[in-house]
Amino acid sequence: MAVIETKNLTYTYPGGTKPSIRDVSIKIGKGEFALITGPSGCGKTTLCRCFNGLIPHFYQGELKGEISVAELNVTEHQIYELAKHVGLVFQNPENQLFALSVEKDVAFGLENLGVPREEMRKRVDWALNLTGIYDLRERAPYELSGGQQQRVAIASVLAMQPEVIVLDEPTSFLDPLSAKKIFEVIHELNRRLGVTVVLVEHRLDLTARYADHIVIMDEGKIVLDGGPREILNSEEARLIGVGIPKATRLYQMLEKDGMKLGNTIPLSSDELATLLKEVLKA
Amino acid sequence: MIEVEDIYFTYPNGVEALKGVSLTIRNGEFVAIMGQNGAGKTTLVKHFNGLLRPNKGKVLVDGVETTKVSVATLSRNVGFVFQNPDHQLFSETVEQEIAFGLRNFGFKENVIKRRVTWALNLLGLAQYRKTSPFMLSGGERKRVALASVLAWNPKILILDEPTIGQDYQQKEKLRQFILQMKAQRKTTLIVTHDVEFVAECNPRVLLMQDGKIVADGEAIRVLTDPDVLTQASIVPPQVSQIFLQLSDIEAPKNVIDIYEARKILLNILEKRPNERF
Repeated sequence: MAVIETKNLTYTYPGGTKPSIRDVSIKIGKGEFALITGPSGCGKTTLCRCFNGLIPHFYQGELKGEISVAELNVTEHQIYELAKHVGLVFQNPENQLFALSVEKDVAFGLENLGVPREEMRKRVDWALNLTGIYDLRERAPYELSGGQQQRVAIASVLAMQPEVIVLDEPTSFLDPLSAKKIFEVIHELNRRLGVTVVLVEHRLDLTARYADHIVIMDEGKIVLDGGPREILNSEEARLIGVGIPKATRLYQMLEKDGMKLGNTIPLSSDELATLLKEVLKA
Repeated sequence: MIEVEDIYFTYPNGVEALKGVSLTIRNGEFVAIMGQNGAGKTTLVKHFNGLLRPNKGKVLVDGVETTKVSVATLSRNVGFVFQNPDHQLFSETVEQEIAFGLRNFGFKENVIKRRVTWALNLLGLAQYRKTSPFMLSGGERKRVALASVLAWNPKILILDEPTIGQDYQQKEKLRQFILQMKAQRKTTLIVTHDVEFVAECNPRVLLMQDGKIVADGEAIRVLTDPDVLTQASIVPPQVSQIFLQLSDIEAPKNVIDIYEARKILLNILEKRPNERF
């Protein structure tokens, strides 16, 4: 069952001369880990803003076509109603943090939903621990580093325990090891609790391995949509200029040179190393 | 040239960000400063244009101690592009944003016009000349911030996380540009977490941890040393990760380049004629 579904979605920002997304029709299934990628300025962020109703309710502008999220028609339901189902982690954490302490920022959404105090305490601590910022809970978000702020933004969305989490380059300010840990936490929530994840990323080296659905956009349109292994191995993906994981690229090059590595296209270095060991062992 | 002599820096809130850093960066070098969040990378580079002054030790840029000149004077030679573009953009149009620095440095109007056009084209922003920077995507805003600094042609360029939000093609353009800087004997310093970008450029890598430099050398050496990487909590580039796992096959360990990797693997395979080839 699709938890996000759009049909011919086209959107133009107020004052914009051309649509930022055009004729977008996608289905993201319940419990999927979907990755959206594509060249900078291709409409990824704009599409995410439609998923929680910021478009059209906050940004206004002109929205055409159909969009439903968690069986709610986005154009007919307000942001606060959609927020119960969809959490959005923004690209720039400064745009979403405002409270005087980390803890208060993480609790804010729950307060708005009227979650009982005990439950709120439990969920806030859970989210702070998962994202590794429990020790920062008394600090003011504005005095934290970019990477720490991103953890706070992620924690505040996780605490809401929405059915769908949309993350727009959520770890761009984090070092790779910290980013990896965050992606593992999100992957775990996806696997264990069936939370649907929509992740916008350029760094496929880090993230392709978690995805079971990948969407590639270019100039406001969906150009490729399907399973990550087939899509990232395709000539089209390479030509659009998305950053194919190095392991996948190396596999393609070796196959072309006549090396037979098997039919499972690797998405990570571990997967390719396993294939190579099999072929190269003396 | 940048000379750093045993500097220490503590923020007003008591965080000791630099604990004895010494290094020399020569003209024309391309240096990537890497390390975990909080290792002191951004604090270090903010000393190079005088935004921060050391509590102890000294920093010399082209032989002049940074405490003896203003940030304004230093910035003519040292261009700094922040991690978050929203910390530096404020003009109504992209064009005005790029012209701002040039006007401040007193360039003539006809030069300003030419430089703005050059920077717009270089970074693929020509179509946004009259657009507000705040209408652009995150990756595009990042490029506007970069264009506004490149326009005045500083001798030393410091880029804090330049690849954030950039797609593959933009990164490739950035790489080409840095190589051009190098050819003109200009210095580029990047602070970055992007190991794949570093693997593709093979610059000199300074690895920082806990306010100190823990490794200094060519990327191919630093990014393939498992002990150093574990100590500084760095994830190696994918190609290096693959070769680190092939230790029981007679493959070398220090490989970060994908074309090099292909050559080595094919060579190994050719030595085994009856395998699946």
